[in-house]
Amino acid sequence: MTENNYNEIMKLLCDRLEGVSNSNVQITSETNIISQLSIDSIKLLNLIMEIEDTFDISIPINALTDVQTVRELADLVYKIKSAS
Amino acid sequence: MNLLEKLDASAAARKALLPDGVGAFGIPIEEVYSATEARIGDRRVLLLGTNNYLGLTFAPECIRAAHEAIDKEGTGTTGSRMANGSYFGHRSLEREFADFYQCDSAIVFTTGYQANLGTISGLVGPGDTVLIDGDSHASIYDGCVLSGADIIRFKHNDTIDMEKRLRRLGDRVETTLIIAEGIYSMLGDQAPLADIVKLKNAYGCILLLDEAHSLGVLGETGQGLVETTGLLKEVDFITGTFSKSLCSIGGYCVSNHPQLEQLRYVSHPYIFTASPSPATIASTRAALELLRKGSHLRKQLWQNCTQLYTQLKEVGYLLGPHPGPVIAAIVDTPRQALLLWQNLLEHNIYVNLILPPAAPEGKSLVRCSVNAAHTTEQIKYVGDTFCKLRSLVC
Ligand SMILES: Cc1ncc(COP(=O)(O)O)c(C=O)c1O
Repeated sequence: MTENNYNEIMKLLCDRLEGVSNSNVQITSETNIISQLSIDSIKLLNLIMEIEDTFDISIPINALTDVQTVRELADLVYKIKSAS
Repeated sequence: MNLLEKLDASAAARKALLPDGVGAFGIPIEEVYSATEARIGDRRVLLLGTNNYLGLTFAPECIRAAHEAIDKEGTGTTGSRMANGSYFGHRSLEREFADFYQCDSAIVFTTGYQANLGTISGLVGPGDTVLIDGDSHASIYDGCVLSGADIIRFKHNDTIDMEKRLRRLGDRVETTLIIAEGIYSMLGDQAPLADIVKLKNAYGCILLLDEAHSLGVLGETGQGLVETTGLLKEVDFITGTFSKSLCSIGGYCVSNHPQLEQLRYVSHPYIFTASPSPATIASTRAALELLRKGSHLRKQLWQNCTQLYTQLKEVGYLLGPHPGPVIAAIVDTPRQALLLWQNLLEHNIYVNLILPPAAPEGKSLVRCSVNAAHTTEQIKYVGDTFCKLRSLVC
């Protein structure tokens, strides 16, 4: 995994989050996924399934307890993808 | 935001969904007249939103057994199963459950919620994996969280999706617990158990099936989905509740694996709570006997389910894929659902209102639960009223 891969993950997350968000907030790496994007828990969990499929990885939903921002989600996906 | 302000924020979100004065959740029931009727405010309403599937809440056998148990053993056990709370009745009920499922062991828990918490957290721990249906009940999610295992969801009732996720787990399948439900409480649909069993055998996992809504409802003797599919011996652990077809409160887990007994020593939701009261155990034992002999109740229940499901389908309501005791009208917006729910109540019919995110796919549900005690006329009245109100949700 390279920096390019990380940027690719970040871009994909921003695009997908924009698709499911109900708010007009401009999404950046520091955006808080739940509080700023008004994404409910189930939508987030369904998004995680999609990301698992895109990168062919398993993302345990309990790992999300440490995730608040888009950057933290990207870090998690990057870490799992790198280890796989 | 401080702790109390966070609660204020969630209260504001709830109020935005439900205008002031609409008490759709936790509605006060003033008096209960029978398995099918109660008073809400000054209305005598038809109860179409209970889990009383076999209609046994007032069964004389159960009431008599509960009275006798209170007289003989008092109102509560005042202790854990682990300490002073394992009476003759608790142990007998466990033997009766084991016999009912023709298996070696059964454990009685204080609620069905705790049966899932206790079983899941007893079976898996940190480093293990649980693979659960995306529409799983909160008690399954909470049990998984309590366990510390890695939680992976598969798409609801989709075994192709499930296999994809199993494959990704690689060697970890060896320590993976798969969890599904006999009947799902939101849409009343059933798990594709035969395909799930094939996968669990192919990948060498352990399977837990929650029969909370299917106990007493499916199968000749009421065992649940394991009976209609003939797959009883293929499911490793079955959990369920006394709070629906058995009309009391409590939960169970049964299994042929001798290791089930070990849960009594490791499972906090079993150990650190008081055992069910003697009256609860006594009425549950009487209800289990009625359930086992209750093919006539199941026949009546299914007649009622089919009648209502067919009528709602015919007038164009979007429903879950399988007819059954849980019949949910799926509507697009919370506003429409609330309007339909309120109008049904004005016609003296109580059903359940389910709003996002509790309802699947961002939809809202107006959910009926049918029971064996409903008369054909009552079901017809409910069906006709839904027809009359159809335009509210078009
Ligand atoms: C699928 C499922 N499992 C478990 C439970 C918990 O049962 P209890 O009411 O006994 O806590 C419920 C009840 O809501 C349920 O629907």
